[in-house]
Amino acid sequence: MHKTLLLIALTFGSAAWAASPQDLLQQYEASSGKASAQRGQQLFVNKHGREWSCASCHGSTPNKSTQHIVTGKTILPLAPAANEQRFTDAAKSEKWFKRNCNDVMGRECTSQEKVDIISWLLTIR
Amino acid sequence: MHNITRLLLSGCCAALLSAPALADNIGMPGNMPKSYAAECASCHIPYAPGLLPSKSWLGIMHSLDKHYGTDASLDPKSVAEISAWLNQHAAGSRKFAEPSPDNRITSSAWFARKHREVGKEVWLRASVKSRANCAACHRQTDKGDFDEDNVRIPK
Repeated sequence: MHKTLLLIALTFGSAAWAASPQDLLQQYEASSGKASAQRGQQLFVNKHGREWSCASCHGSTPNKSTQHIVTGKTILPLAPAANEQRFTDAAKSEKWFKRNCNDVMGRECTSQEKVDIISWLLTIR
Repeated sequence: MHNITRLLLSGCCAALLSAPALADNIGMPGNMPKSYAAECASCHIPYAPGLLPSKSWLGIMHSLDKHYGTDASLDPKSVAEISAWLNQHAAGSRKFAEPSPDNRITSSAWFARKHREVGKEVWLRASVKSRANCAACHRQTDKGDFDEDNVRIPK
């Protein structure tokens, strides 16, 4: 069932469909290797040659609301277990990956990096 | 003193005394695009369009990938929609229409004047954090009401 749906999504060349974080993970996994939650955590909490890490705004255990590091604006939890809205909208996830990976790494995240990060976030309670 | 003169003087006094309070309630237009709330209000408060002149809003909307140290890039449709709304409700001929060097609301001369009594350490409090965090002290930011009566500076 999942394979068929995945095929349909890929056929239409759009990542605009995802109903759950697991679905989104599968979509990204189609163009990457196997997920590693451990790698995902390292990616998330470390800096990558620039001022911020993902954890700078989302916290190193992203299961609570945090404050934007510059503006102080409340950011809702990132881990799906703490916020059921997370990673349920592929377009929204893609948009934020694009912006925030650019902030943290100075480039877009690869599919492998997205897969690693999402799989780690799914382990957080 | 003639009665007319007295009347004019008291009228002028009343006007002057009430003007500052009224002037600080610049309002929030009712037809905010959903994209403004979803995109622009995710990292900071949704700033009332009347806080900057059109020229500044234009500058900001055309450099979103370099938005004060972060990448805030948006799809063209949202950029167009938000720009139109900001332009429509931007500061007109009033004091908020002063351009500021980097188009920041917080680096304009009127901002400095309005906040000159706020101690330096206030901006460093965890509950405030940044001059851009209007809602920390201004309780009616979402309504575009910056009247002094609605200010509570947190500890």
